[in-house]
Amino acid sequence: MIDRDELLHVARLARLALRDDELDSTAAELSTILDHIATFDELDLGGVEPTAHVGDVDDSLRTDEVRASLPRDVALAPAPAVRDDGFLVPSPQGE
Amino acid sequence: MSEELQALSAADAAAAIAKGDLGRGELFEHYRARAASDELNAFTWVAESMPDSVDGPLGGVPIAVKDLFCTEGIPSQAGSKILAGYCPPYTATAVANLEAAGAPILGKTNQDEFAMGSSNENSAYGPVQNPWDRSRVPGGSSGGSAAAVAAGLAPWALGTDTGGSIRQPAALCGIVGLKPTYGAVSRYGMIAFASSLDSAGPLTRNVTDAALFYRHLVGRDSADATSVSFPEPIALPTSERLDGITLAVPAALVDGDGIEAGVRDSFEAALESARGLGATVVSCEIPSAPYALSAYYVIAPAEASSNLARFDGVRYGLRVDATNLDAMYTETRHDGFGDEVKRRILIGTYALSSGYYDAYYGRAQRVRTVVASELSAIFQTADFIVTPTSPTVAFGLGERTADPLAMYLSDLFTIPMSLAGTPAISIPSGLSDGLPVGLQICGPAFSENRILGAAHALERAIGFDGSSAWSAL
Repeated sequence: MIDRDELLHVARLARLALRDDELDSTAAELSTILDHIATFDELDLGGVEPTAHVGDVDDSLRTDEVRASLPRDVALAPAPAVRDDGFLVPSPQGE
Repeated sequence: MSEELQALSAADAAAAIAKGDLGRGELFEHYRARAASDELNAFTWVAESMPDSVDGPLGGVPIAVKDLFCTEGIPSQAGSKILAGYCPPYTATAVANLEAAGAPILGKTNQDEFAMGSSNENSAYGPVQNPWDRSRVPGGSSGGSAAAVAAGLAPWALGTDTGGSIRQPAALCGIVGLKPTYGAVSRYGMIAFASSLDSAGPLTRNVTDAALFYRHLVGRDSADATSVSFPEPIALPTSERLDGITLAVPAALVDGDGIEAGVRDSFEAALESARGLGATVVSCEIPSAPYALSAYYVIAPAEASSNLARFDGVRYGLRVDATNLDAMYTETRHDGFGDEVKRRILIGTYALSSGYYDAYYGRAQRVRTVVASELSAIFQTADFIVTPTSPTVAFGLGERTADPLAMYLSDLFTIPMSLAGTPAISIPSGLSDGLPVGLQICGPAFSENRILGAAHALERAIGFDGSSAWSAL
């Protein structure tokens, strides 16, 4: 089960605004899904190692050479706001 | 001429172009006109003219590309409002490989938002209709790709599969879909959902087309550190028999509740066809399969919650103006993401948060180990695991949208392979009440050539004809 306060805490961690009228329905949906997920508690996993990645990656290093990257104007082109060759965002402290 | 063109498979069209019997411009225009008049909402963008394309072994046969792939200068919206109108500055390696082999981009196809869904109803650009019955879903998340190929609006298409997103829509639309071995295809430029599971692969009209397409898709890419070189060339399949091949059927899973009678009948008939070709069918068990679904719905959302942190209104996509930075982030994400994406971000954030990490994410990763070792044990004595691809045929639009958990259960048969990183194909096994049923064939890592061979032999024996789903010629 996940209650309103827990949901608000998680939404805060996820930087996701939720409206008051979204809280109860979202908490109910998440609780149903989490209850189903919890069925895996029936499995005995003693001594089982976790798998983070299925493949063997042993050649992931490249030589340390300077290579071309996206030109700055191209990288900035899709941005909602730019100024002085950088991404422009609102002040953290507010206006 | 257009009916003859339409009847050509992609491989046949490539051969006809190579022989000089067919102009690539003529083929492109045929499909461009069909894609432009799409009534299924399968496409989110269609080329206005044939792009400059190179000579190559794919002969100029155009590709439809799932909108999850970045394509330079072409809208790449991943089914999300948060990327409305976004035109990336570079092209995904998978797409670039196909273009370099001679396949120009025909259009971009609709999908569930960020590939999260099993019905294509989670798209900000509207649901896609199944060409076999327009009141039903095409499956998801590569629903637009599957519907476009099934309806003959594209010769073939590129899709992605995280928990079944190529195989399930291929099954529901009566076409072929191949989920590769994890790492065989570069993920560079594929907008990330769950990085340890995401795979790119073909959706095609037949198995030979899938092999030809896949041959040009695989390869190590220095831009994706998890990509690997495929250990052998991908061959065009020629098998007509299954002598000496052992197929393992996970009996408890396939006999379980929730599988439709028509799906089970079609599956049994496919097994009978396999026996007729010389195969031995044995029973096996994947005891962890029901728990695989739980593990998947922790791991995929957990990775998604991290990957989707990049959509913050700073560098690309939607920004909702606000008076301070934090409010800009939270309001942009509130307005830009759809309901299912928000659910998964919240589940994933919860599963990774302090106090819950071991109970959810840690446990899910251990279940993943168990699933992979159970599949591996089966492959010690059997060549392939076979199941229906989906427990049901295409369901009605709107039928499962109110119940996210019911939607998740669509992926019951496809998720174990995703967690294990093993390849699997879905081919049509027949019809149930006029709707396609898919057969899934799964093998160990890097067994794609053998899977394609077995699928080719079965395809010939089953003799499925999907041409009735082509909209009026």
